[in-house]
Amino acid sequence: MEESETMEALEGSFQLKGGDFMDAGAASKEMRTVLANLGVPPETIRRAAVSAFEAEMNVIIHAIAGTLHYAVEGDALKITIIDMGPGIKDIQLAMKEGYSTAPDWAREMGWGSGMGLPNIKNNSDGLKLDSVPGEGTTLEITINLKGK
Amino acid sequence: MTVGEVIDKLKLETKVTGNPERTIKGCYVSDMLSDVLANSTEGNLWITRQTHPNIVAVAAIKGLSGIVITGNKPIDPETLIKAAAEEVPVLSTFLSSFEVAGIFYNLIKKPEVA
Repeated sequence: MEESETMEALEGSFQLKGGDFMDAGAASKEMRTVLANLGVPPETIRRAAVSAFEAEMNVIIHAIAGTLHYAVEGDALKITIIDMGPGIKDIQLAMKEGYSTAPDWAREMGWGSGMGLPNIKNNSDGLKLDSVPGEGTTLEITINLKGK
Repeated sequence: MTVGEVIDKLKLETKVTGNPERTIKGCYVSDMLSDVLANSTEGNLWITRQTHPNIVAVAAIKGLSGIVITGNKPIDPETLIKAAAEEVPVLSTFLSSFEVAGIFYNLIKKPEVA
């Protein structure tokens, strides 16, 4: 019983809604607490939290809705973000720092600098991006909890 | 230098207290949130004109020592609620980002003229 409760605490799922920036960061906040309780070094927690938060914002800025799921699997943290959104036509271009398709409202808030995906790449140990234009995007992020 | 000392020396208005004993380690000035996520470091004081709730998440994630809102810009009430919950100090000044950064730079760096 106790074991299953522990297991339950090592993963979490969050619903994300397009345009709902008010609660952005909820997933990364919970994740930070979970990782801190596991004794993960602060610098690794920051890398994970930056990756998750940028991914959350991408969904909120670009998609209609999406989910973020995180799970600690052994020495790795897996974060999977699936959205129903416009999709990414040119992934290579989207990964390029400075390229952004963010709408004006997001730019006015200081988002849309074209640094989101590059930030995720720089802060993670693995990144897999699959997208179907007109349908949505799936992003899988891996963070090694024992350091880079 | 602590958050409390900076509040004193820069005559900042405290909107959310946080921990005034917290040590400030350097400073970052930016209004682009991903830039702050990428380039600020733990303990930095963050000087910005952004006032919406996402700034609290950014400061909490990066372990920043406080946020200084410049130009007397009104701050979203939701931002203050979130900052209080996360214990992130939110400070306000009538000074511009340039001015407050310049004064703070001189306080902590004591640069010498070459």
